[in-house]
Parts: sequence; structure tokens; C-alpha cells
Amino acid sequence: MIGLIGKKLGQTRVYDPSGRAVPVTVVLAGPNYVVQKKTTATDGYEAVQLGFGEQKEGRLTKPVLGHLTAAKVPALRRLREFRDFTLDVKPGDKVGVEIFAEGDYVDAIGVTKGRGFEGVVKRHGFRGGDMTHGAKGWHRRSGAIGQRLFPGTVMRGMRMPGHMGQVRRTTQNLLVVKVLPEDQLLLVRGAIPGAAGEFVIIRESKKRPKVAAKK
Amino acid sequence: MGIQQILESVTESQVKQGLPRMDVGDTINVHCRIIEGDKERIQVFQGVLMSRKGRGPQEMITVRRIVDNEGVERTFPINSPKISEFEVVRRADARRAKLYFLRDRSGKSRRLRDRRRGLKHVAGLKTAEHA
Repeated sequence: MIGLIGKKLGQTRVYDPSGRAVPVTVVLAGPNYVVQKKTTATDGYEAVQLGFGEQKEGRLTKPVLGHLTAAKVPALRRLREFRDFTLDVKPGDKVGVEIFAEGDYVDAIGVTKGRGFEGVVKRHGFRGGDMTHGAKGWHRRSGAIGQRLFPGTVMRGMRMPGHMGQVRRTTQNLLVVKVLPEDQLLLVRGAIPGAAGEFVIIRESKKRPKVAAKK
Repeated sequence: MGIQQILESVTESQVKQGLPRMDVGDTINVHCRIIEGDKERIQVFQGVLMSRKGRGPQEMITVRRIVDNEGVERTFPINSPKISEFEVVRRADARRAKLYFLRDRSGKSRRLRDRRRGLKHVAGLKTAEHA
């Protein structure tokens, strides 16, 4: 399972070789630094910890800074482990978008845009009431939430208004349209979660891994 | 480099260079590459350039022509690789940026004035008629 930490820059569109316009999200995904390597012997599992993003040293705590200095990497903003990283790397190494190729499939993980407290129409797609035909004051409500004396309680998990967005979400099976190693950019087909400027994780697709895609 | 500049640099290479000057009101030929099975041919759509909208790689043009007394409008992305060429057939004078009023016109009033008065900047520009 290979992956990178990146920054979502925004969306645009490009033409593919057949002349079709493809919507893409541009992700700055490098350089990532290898900060630590975890092994079954020392940690009980295999993983590689990557770091990404410039940060002022003063903004990091001393324990974190010490951890980074041990790996001889600059001050980094985000750290994240990737389990069973299939590339052979050692602490201090740089990895970048080169680990992906055009035609690969990836999953994008990000924190969705926060919507605040939202009603059921927006949050759960309820239909609400009529806007006309004599409807008055009953337009975006959810309707009844229970039954009668039995069960006499509202079922658990009943969909109701509440806070929406700002949760971690994964979009799976996105096509890598283009890799630009000079600028460390990845063009990924379609939308990925979160606002522009947010950190995202781009990893090899779980359902369509690299090996299978090449066959 | 700011985020916007990076996004533009990604699509920069797709913006076509050396297109003829096309203004709203001009009559133009659009050469479309059409793929039928494994054969490719070029279809020319001729009409009045009615609107240009969008910027950079996203720019679109709307071209209107009359076929069998029925108005036909097609919108093309300027930078699409499926369009091989643009040709200006006739230059005309338009006072507004979008010529949607042409939809309500019929007969003689549909024609646009030739470009003559005070439009020296386009006087001498190449059109398919003169070439």
C-alpha cells in the first residue's frame, strides 16, 4: 500500500488524447519525507511514516522536532503512517509523485467542507413539503419520527438535523490522469473531499491496486 | 507560485496559439474532426459568431447558422483538440458582446453590417473570402 500526503490545490479540466475534456483535481503531493520506519520487531507492525508540508520550527513542539531531526528531515507540518509500504525506503528519503503513474487508480482521503448545523433536506436528502398548493410553514421539515404507543420511543439512528461535513471521507478508485514530477503535481480525475488548500492523502486504490491495474 | 498560477500552468499547454482574430458578429468556419468508427473526417460548420465566453483553456464560442429556415446554434470549446481550424469568412460590425437578439430576427434584419466605419484595426485582416 503506497501513498502520499498532499495538498488539494483545486479543480480544472484537461483534454485526454482522444480529445475529451476530463475534469481533474490538482494535488501537490511532494516532496514527502520518510520520517520513520516501523517494523514488526520493534513496533509489532510494518509501516512507513511520511511527512509533508513546510513548517516553521518554532511552531513544532520539541518532542516532534527531535523526532524529525533524528530522521534528518526538515520541519514538517503533517505526519502520517502508511502500513505495509511496498517501496524500499529508509528514514531521510524523499518520495514524490513518481511513485504513481498515469493510468493508476488511487483513493483520496480528506476532510470534507464543514456545512455547520443543517436541516434534514440538505443533510439527508429528505423531500420536505410542498412550496405551494396551500402549504404554510411546512416546507423543509422531516415529518414524523416515531410510531405509536408501541414502541413509544424514537428509533436509534433516526436521521435528524445536525452538524454536517468536516468529517474524514474517502473517495475510491480515482484515475490518475497525469503525473507532473517537476512540479510534484498529480492530476486526479474527478473531485476529492475537502476545500482547496486542505491536506489530503492519496494512496494506491484498495480495490484496484497497481499490480492488478497493470495486468 | 500561488495556487491559481499553478492551476493555470497545468492547462497552459492546452491553450491554442495562433488562432485568427475572431470577434462577435464575424461569420466563421469551424472545422470539426468527426470520428466515425475508425475513419476520421472534417465537418465544417459555418455561421455567425454569437458569443464568446470564458477565459483561457475554458473559452467557448457559440456559432449560429440557418439550416432549412431553422436556426441552429452550436457551442464549441475553442481549445478542444477535436476542432482543427477556425477561419474567418466575413467580418461584421456588432455593437454588443452577445448577439442573442439574432434569435428573434428573420429575413433581411438578420444580417449584420459590414465592418467599415472606424474599424481600421481589423481592416486588412485575413479572411477566407479574400484569401
